[in-house]
Amino acid sequence: MTDVLDPPVHVEFHDDGHDEHHGPSGILKWITTTDHKVIGLSYTVTAVIMLVIGGVFAEIIRAQLATPNGTLVSLAQYNELFTMHGSVMIYLFAGPFAFGALANIIVPIQIGAPDMAFPRLNALSYWLYLTGAITMLSGFFVAGGAANFGWVAYAPLSNSVNTPGAGADLWIGGLLLTGFSAIFTGVNLCATIFYLRAPGMTMFRMPIFTWNMLVTSILILLAFPVLTAGLVMLYCDRHFGTHIFSVAGGGVPVLWQHLFWFWGHPEVYILALPFFGMVTEIIAVFSRKPVFGYKGMVFATLSIAALSLGVWAHHMYTTGVVLLPFFAFMSLMIAVPTGIKIFNWIATMWRGEVWFSTAMLMAIGFLVTFLVGGLTGIYLASPPLDFFTHDTYFVVAHFHSVVMALVLAGMAGLYYWGPKITGYLLNERIGKFQFWFLFLGSQVFTFPLYILGLEGMPRRLGVYPHDPQWKMLNDISTLGAILIGVSTILFVVNIIYSWKKYPAGDNPWDGHTLEWFTTSPPPHHNFYRLPQIRSERPTWDYNHPGHQAVGHGKQIEPAQPVEEVPVS
Amino acid sequence: MKVEAKVLLGLGVFFGIMCAVYWNWSLENAGGVMMFAAMLLCFLPGGYYYWWSRRMKARPEDDPQATQASGAGVVGAFPGTSIWPFTLGMGAFFVVLAMVFGLWFLVPGLGLVIWAMLGGTAEGRRGGKV
Repeated sequence: MTDVLDPPVHVEFHDDGHDEHHGPSGILKWITTTDHKVIGLSYTVTAVIMLVIGGVFAEIIRAQLATPNGTLVSLAQYNELFTMHGSVMIYLFAGPFAFGALANIIVPIQIGAPDMAFPRLNALSYWLYLTGAITMLSGFFVAGGAANFGWVAYAPLSNSVNTPGAGADLWIGGLLLTGFSAIFTGVNLCATIFYLRAPGMTMFRMPIFTWNMLVTSILILLAFPVLTAGLVMLYCDRHFGTHIFSVAGGGVPVLWQHLFWFWGHPEVYILALPFFGMVTEIIAVFSRKPVFGYKGMVFATLSIAALSLGVWAHHMYTTGVVLLPFFAFMSLMIAVPTGIKIFNWIATMWRGEVWFSTAMLMAIGFLVTFLVGGLTGIYLASPPLDFFTHDTYFVVAHFHSVVMALVLAGMAGLYYWGPKITGYLLNERIGKFQFWFLFLGSQVFTFPLYILGLEGMPRRLGVYPHDPQWKMLNDISTLGAILIGVSTILFVVNIIYSWKKYPAGDNPWDGHTLEWFTTSPPPHHNFYRLPQIRSERPTWDYNHPGHQAVGHGKQIEPAQPVEEVPVS
Repeated sequence: MKVEAKVLLGLGVFFGIMCAVYWNWSLENAGGVMMFAAMLLCFLPGGYYYWWSRRMKARPEDDPQATQASGAGVVGAFPGTSIWPFTLGMGAFFVVLAMVFGLWFLVPGLGLVIWAMLGGTAEGRRGGKV
């Protein structure tokens, strides 16, 4: 397809040697780059390191809980561990991996853009993310240890009397930095998608992944400033004598929960929507079919985003001061667009030529695991059920089903787009082993936790000497955590084993979207030429000229005979 | 441009309705204010896009029949490499460390921030136009 590349035209470099072709190399290139692919790769590596760090914390937590009187760590250290496990996974892995790593690399290419709209802002986002991560984790090296008030930092537990020390302040500071990083990335993605699409790439021809990243970016812009404001207030309470969240000074502790969850629940979708987008792309490509119900998918994504801003207080049912019917109704409503998505994913596979590659297996694993997490979410949206399960392991199990589904989807994304980013495929056999360890490990890890929750085991418990009957279920869960750990090791082994071994070619999966039209890895500014864009599958249309172009499930016009247009 | 406007305005209208229902029903201020602000944040860019979508021709990316040739020309200014994002990031890092370890961190922190702002501004649009 792109064996013989046309030379680029309309490229006017007015630069005095500062363009990437002649720019610095090595560490200086890493520090000074503004290329979205290099920045995205930096994000990817950093986020995967964070996944490993958060995973190590998780394994220590599970090892501690394997016996009722666990002595592996002290209870104070246990508090730090579960706080930093949640913080690292949510703030430093899941979000940045989605919108900083994969979206950063893939979205501009999917819409035919030469780079992100604001390349230097993009680089700044990465540096704020990296320094934020270092700041937050450095809490382990200061007197008093890292933050230990849970990843939600509820007031008044998080004030300077109950949680003194630098660890909590480092947590706040790290979160401020990563928060600004997310906001800048959100601005960048919105501007890129609104202004840098290729000719013919109308909004309703954008790949679903790009749509989901647009909606995610809008959510970031709506939600993250609230968290930032809340963190500033918390810092002022801790150091400047204000009493915004303390009753003693006339403040309102529950206001922190409102501010936190007004960010926190949209954040759930900020985490999930990018992975929904990845899975949509992967299921369509490996089923050899267009996405079933393209517009339905887009509107479902928009509906989830709209509803997600009105459900924050379902995390606060048991405070007794929130409007239960409103939040229960809005929370249950989210099941509708989510159900549409699951229906469409299954319908995309229906009667397709399904290719069970590692990426596809991971995507199907996501589907199953996410369904479990989603259905138990419906229980928790109902106040009478939530009252009995709030702050028990049932909640822990619910959101771990969801996030393990996201990890599966993220791995699917790495196996699917990794060859585009690096130019080399990963080993499929090791990949499939990794899948089974990860998928089965996720189920073995989460299912006992549901039962433990229903039996009343509270979350954040380091020892349970009076309830030794919980040991067996905890042991099974720990076994699941070990399987997940093995899957992560297999992933690292796969990277080492496959290192530059299997050249991918430009389009190893017979992909649909524009990233599969360019080289692997893409050149500086991404494209030498672009095809005509007449549907949401421009690369597929180009590679299958005999077929009718399919737009949103109906035939629209014969695919254009091959027209190669050199682009700038 | 029209679809972009509709997406943002549509979200804004939904947040507005949700805000009205919630605020009147719950009388809880924090959530009401936040939803009202979310509505404004959607209306601001949404209104801008709507205003322009009625006053300009469809861009090549909004035209379903556009050819690649119709988008030929300079797409935008994309800088090559730049040291200033790194400098600004390190400055912000030190400013945050000042919040924890002492105000003296502000000296290198603000120094780097100011240096990066001056350097980045002077750098301007140096770089490749694509």
